[in-house]
Amino acid sequence: MAKTMESAPNGSHVLPFEKVIVQLDRQISEMEAQQAQSGKDFSAEIRQLRAQYVSLLHKTYDNLSPWETVQVARHPGRPLAGDYIEQFVKNWQELHGDRRFADDRAIRCGLGRIGTEKAVVIAQHKGRDTREKIECNFGCAHPEGYRKALRVMRLAEKFKLPVVTLIDTQGAYPGVGSEERCVAEAIAVNMLEMSRLKTPIVCVVIGEGGSGGALGIGVGDRIGMLQFSYYSVISPEGCASILWRTGEKAPEAAEALKLTAKHLKAIDVIDDIIPEPLGGAHRNLSEAAGNLERYIVRTLRQIKRLSVGDLLGNRYERWRRMGKVVSADQTGQST
Amino acid sequence: MAENQPEQASPYDSSAFSGPQTRKKREMPEGLWMRCPQCEAMLYRKVVAENLDVCTECQYHFRVGGRRRIQQIVDTDSFEEMFADIAPADPLEFKWSGQTYADRIRKEQAKTGNLEACLTGVAYVKGRRVALGAMDGDFLMGSMGSVLGEKITLITEEAAKQSLPLIIVSMSGGARMHEGALSLMQMAKTSASLGRFDDAGGFFISILTDPTTGGTMASFAMLGDIIIAEPGALIGFAGQRVIANTIKAELPEGFQSAEFLMQKGFVDMIVARKELRSEIARLIDYCAA
Ligand SMILES: [Zn+2]
Repeated sequence: MAKTMESAPNGSHVLPFEKVIVQLDRQISEMEAQQAQSGKDFSAEIRQLRAQYVSLLHKTYDNLSPWETVQVARHPGRPLAGDYIEQFVKNWQELHGDRRFADDRAIRCGLGRIGTEKAVVIAQHKGRDTREKIECNFGCAHPEGYRKALRVMRLAEKFKLPVVTLIDTQGAYPGVGSEERCVAEAIAVNMLEMSRLKTPIVCVVIGEGGSGGALGIGVGDRIGMLQFSYYSVISPEGCASILWRTGEKAPEAAEALKLTAKHLKAIDVIDDIIPEPLGGAHRNLSEAAGNLERYIVRTLRQIKRLSVGDLLGNRYERWRRMGKVVSADQTGQST
Repeated sequence: MAENQPEQASPYDSSAFSGPQTRKKREMPEGLWMRCPQCEAMLYRKVVAENLDVCTECQYHFRVGGRRRIQQIVDTDSFEEMFADIAPADPLEFKWSGQTYADRIRKEQAKTGNLEACLTGVAYVKGRRVALGAMDGDFLMGSMGSVLGEKITLITEEAAKQSLPLIIVSMSGGARMHEGALSLMQMAKTSASLGRFDDAGGFFISILTDPTTGGTMASFAMLGDIIIAEPGALIGFAGQRVIANTIKAELPEGFQSAEFLMQKGFVDMIVARKELRSEIARLIDYCAA
């Protein structure tokens, strides 16, 4: 993997709240270069700058606002599903096509080994360069993507392989073809079938969990989120343009929607938060991938011990609990 | 009705799903006389009401609220409401530009006389006992929050328990933003309960009325053993404005209509409102007698 994303994340793209961090990072690089050129010893200064850099990263990333989290989740340098597959899925063999219409490149399905576990992997991939982005519609799947996922999940069920899904999408593709081939039906059927698929399912939101388009591969036994990913019923921009009547209020909408991993764990929408490297996954792919891999392996080992009956029983109960209602007398009806 | 409601931006407003040209307003206007938005005939209100809220000239189907919808489908006075006391919470303490979800709920409750956007219960249709859910489009445009998802799930479980056919009449602008991801998860919850109902051999008739969109369409509404749509109903996943902006082109004629969906192969039949009761009875006799 020839990727240049160790300390300086993708050089070109700097998030507004990261300006000082990136400046510091540059200073460090310059000092190191000077040191190498001149032979003078700047190690004390460099050490000091590094300490500053690390503490600033901590300070910033420990206190990200929901809107800043959304920006991190969308960072162009953030690892994509394809990166994680390359990092830790061994013997990856992609399986193409829904056997109905096409091979949707926004959802990649295949066989591979994660740690010691054989698995079927279903992953939303946004595309790294322009060509790939266009090829997979920036990770916005068409109905055939969801139908391919279901076909491969049935294969997993038949051959008793666990299913791992990696979620990263703004949403299902809003287009004429999507509607003609009824993406709503594809998503609905996937949720129903995933709720009763007789094999373990682990789902992880690795970047953007964009509403129904995410949930279409998002029903399982355990739902995890990478620390700086988000999961929402609507994009903050969409919510803002409807309720505030301007997309510019997206930061407020992100706040109101409670879409961060921390919030969602608190209301039991998700089960686990997977920590990211200091300063976000875009700063250290291999560390992010290591954390994700360990989470998947550990979780699969836990749930594969269950009998199919217990597995499906627990899964139903998990989803059955979703939501918060009150009974009318609790509301007080007046006041 | 809602004349003293402040004009509010809401995704559940039908305009959120209208194309580049504004869709004609479909709510029944007040007064003795009304104009049909399709054929523009002046209609005597009472006559339209007696005709199941269908235009007597051109068969245009007006939107019908939850309670009235149930009356139109079930045998007179046979509806026994269930789960009526389930009310919305405000789990996110959702606020936006000086407004709160808690306030909004109270207003919608006062306006409709219902606690939420969905009514559930058991009833008879031409003597056949059924479990029934109907959305109330007057309540925050029938949007799906925790209550709607919970009630649909409960009535599905009840249908399984009592071995009754299940009928759900959808009329919904999709998932409700004000409950965030909890609304979204109702899609999965309702779908899972229908999976169990299916396992138990239950018979589910999904009826799509104007409008059935977004997360409601992409969950229980599209999971019927039989899917019936009302003529001319708007049925679609993504909003038309969003699609038009994405593809930067005009949308085809009749896009996301009931007729479009049937042509594309996603609804079993389009049934006029006055035929609905007998069609339901017939389907039950074939599949669930
Ligand atoms: Zn007319």
